[in-house]
Amino acid sequence: MQDTKNNNVNNNIHNENIDKEDMNIVIVGHVDHGKSTVIGRLLADTGSLPDGKLEQVKENCRRNSKPFEYAFLLDALKDEQAQGITIDSARCFFKTKKRDYIIIDAPGHIEFLKNMISGAARAEAALLVIDAHEGIQENSRRHGYMVSMLGVKQVAVLVNKMDLVNFDKKVYDDVIREYSEFLNKINVTPVFFIPISAVLGDNIAERSQKMHWYKGTTVLEALDQLENAKLSDDKPFRMPVQDVYKFTKDKDNRRIVAGTVETGVLKVGDEVVFYPSGKKTRVKSIEAFNKEKQEEVSAGTATGFTTTEQIYTRRGEIATIRGEQKPKVGTLINVKLFWLGKKPMETNKKYYLKIGTAKAEVVVTEITNVLDASNLSSEKKETVNRNDVAECIMKSLKPIAFDLSNELIETSRFVVIDDYEIVGGGIIVEALEDDYITSQLEDHLRLFMGNYKIDISRKGSFGLRVIFDIAVHADDGLATLEQIASRQNIPETLLDEIISSFIKDGLLEQHDDQISFKLSKLKSYDEISMGSILHLIHEKIRVVNDNFVEYGLNTMVEDCLAMNIANAFNEKLNEVIEAISLQDLIARYDEVKSNSGTMYFI
Amino acid sequence: MDHLDRLENKSVHILREAYSQLKNICMLWSIGKDSTVLLWLARKAFFGHVPIPLVHIDTNYKIPEMIEYRDKFALKWRLDMIYGQNTEALNKKQTFPDGNISRIDCCKKLKTEALRNTLSGAWPRYRINHQTGRYEVDSNTEPYTGVIVGVRADEEGSRSKERYFSPRDKNNDWDVGDQPPEFWNQYKTDFAPGTHIRIHPLLDWTELDIWEYIKRENIPVVSLYFDQGNGKRYRSLGCAPCTGTVESTAKNVDEIVEELKTGKFVNIAERSGRAQDKEDGGGLEELRKDGYM
Repeated sequence: MQDTKNNNVNNNIHNENIDKEDMNIVIVGHVDHGKSTVIGRLLADTGSLPDGKLEQVKENCRRNSKPFEYAFLLDALKDEQAQGITIDSARCFFKTKKRDYIIIDAPGHIEFLKNMISGAARAEAALLVIDAHEGIQENSRRHGYMVSMLGVKQVAVLVNKMDLVNFDKKVYDDVIREYSEFLNKINVTPVFFIPISAVLGDNIAERSQKMHWYKGTTVLEALDQLENAKLSDDKPFRMPVQDVYKFTKDKDNRRIVAGTVETGVLKVGDEVVFYPSGKKTRVKSIEAFNKEKQEEVSAGTATGFTTTEQIYTRRGEIATIRGEQKPKVGTLINVKLFWLGKKPMETNKKYYLKIGTAKAEVVVTEITNVLDASNLSSEKKETVNRNDVAECIMKSLKPIAFDLSNELIETSRFVVIDDYEIVGGGIIVEALEDDYITSQLEDHLRLFMGNYKIDISRKGSFGLRVIFDIAVHADDGLATLEQIASRQNIPETLLDEIISSFIKDGLLEQHDDQISFKLSKLKSYDEISMGSILHLIHEKIRVVNDNFVEYGLNTMVEDCLAMNIANAFNEKLNEVIEAISLQDLIARYDEVKSNSGTMYFI
Repeated sequence: MDHLDRLENKSVHILREAYSQLKNICMLWSIGKDSTVLLWLARKAFFGHVPIPLVHIDTNYKIPEMIEYRDKFALKWRLDMIYGQNTEALNKKQTFPDGNISRIDCCKKLKTEALRNTLSGAWPRYRINHQTGRYEVDSNTEPYTGVIVGVRADEEGSRSKERYFSPRDKNNDWDVGDQPPEFWNQYKTDFAPGTHIRIHPLLDWTELDIWEYIKRENIPVVSLYFDQGNGKRYRSLGCAPCTGTVESTAKNVDEIVEELKTGKFVNIAERSGRAQDKEDGGGLEELRKDGYM
């Protein structure tokens, strides 16, 4: 609305846009119950298809001597038509006077539950299709359950293929009675039950002439009666930090904390607290490109802000407002999840948990119960199989910030990563006291050291990477500030500072060309220890950061124990890092590189 | 928050995820309206900057105004602009305009092959030098393993099945049947070595959304989209020999928006002017499986 000189025509267009709502609808149900046909019919009967598309598909069918089906409109991919099942969530665009709809056709085949989830998670409402002739099937239940777990509040049940049961009211009544009982158990109340015949178009856009006993709405009318989800402006502010930007190269000195507001409202001047670090600062400005200056931003906005103090925060933290409800910070959580992995979920195996923008290593310590979503029976099992829903306890190796599903669902949601893939998703229902310092210390240490991971400070890690990078590229003779920065992904200002201090300490020197750097010839690679590099950056090297003491400790005894452990660790750590030389690091890098082709990250 | 705000926010979020989580990424800029909106969204995401290299595949048959426009804004917006080309096919006249191969094979050579080899670094890349304003052979030949592309789900069937983050294997193959799940703003951003990834921030946009956003943001687009007085304009931009104009007197963005909403194009697909889509039933789908964007 920056252009105030819009003529009347344009103003009209603009207003129309503001007034008109969007809605994502997902269609779910058992395989072959007719989901794609329902959509194909909706598109065709409302003139939402591009000219010629319907004729083109009909012609294709005629040429291949196949009977025409509305589903072919959607099943546009060749291999899909060959298999006769929807293998992905196709999106269709569809309009009524009230709204613009995106209809997501979710696959009903059990193999493709993960695709159905991808479709359903975007939806504000679900149309659940059940074949009147075949009745309620496994996925009719499973999808109903998944849809409710994914947070889709509105469900309309379409009892399809009424033509195959002679439009018999009794068949319809039996289906809805049985299905309502099931939905009741999972606390879902459908907003509509509609008997339809998608093939014939009965009760889709036009009222059926063969089911006068049905007095309710058509599918089209039902869609327009669904309600749009409200944005979560009235909830506590949460913004997972995606990144911190500083584009100094382009002479822009703003340091912008960027992310998408999940819930709540942020205003200039607000005191923000980042979790899990607990660091505080104030919002100096809200930044945007090609937009008028804003004083506040609300849920759903991909935004960024500058702060009054230059505190160090990073991706993975969650920004909150002081005085509002705090998120939980902890390492032990009770969760509900659905499993999509080809391999079953196991206890004591390491996975990654992604929550907001944070990524943490976790182990499942206990599988409390496994629910078969298709019939709602549950049992205690050692593993969770693909397509199962389970409750379990997870332990994170570092503190994570989150909310509980009954308090703030948006920031209670997580996904599980195994072997680079998203293998599950879930919600955190409870934060548990983590007593790992005492009873499970050993367990924790095994996990902690078993992966050879130590938590080096950002600056320390950058320092190591600078030396490593220069050593590895020594033969090219080229390691300019810019190249190191881009290869190691280090902010240039920080890099400048680190390199200056290394030059001052005699570890580095400048090449004759004045723009690139090399290691000084005073020491050979096996004489430079990791410890000596880190010591140039930090006076003291400690194995644990403050989190070790900060979380999970309540008593003096625990405090003293933690201090002793920490001290012992620190001593050992200093010995170890003194013993690792730059030569070792390069040797290890070459080994890993030639074995797997992966980069070795420090 | 209106419809366009919602689309913008989601796209910006995806661009930031890609920039933060993936190494060696680039963005394809075809100079058309969609990828120009994508470029604009990158400026939104990074507060006026574009910290991602832009790659253009120059088939040598692009309409000259497109190249002028590309270079003008590459310099003005200080873009890290790179182009690649299939010089061998052009030198040997292995093209449709030379009359030696079909339209589809021409697309395969000048676009798909050129793209694949430019992304992998196997063929020379030409990068703009902001001091001289000229292109020089880029010394960086590292493969781009993440490619941001402006495809929209409403363009045609195969694109409607895309993910926002879509992995391709070493041969650029797309396994439509086994795509990663995407939900709750969580995308597949972890990759085994050797995987390539395409990122599609515009998936939810329609042609009308694109034009309404261009209008709202006042984004400069190449003048070929507008009627220059002869009652014809381009609706979709490609190579000169294979992209036809449509009959239209829309002279500016407002008139295009009006035409799309109420005029004769309401129910006519955008790519209907692209001849290569028609050669065989699944033309575009075949091309896309081979890596065509």
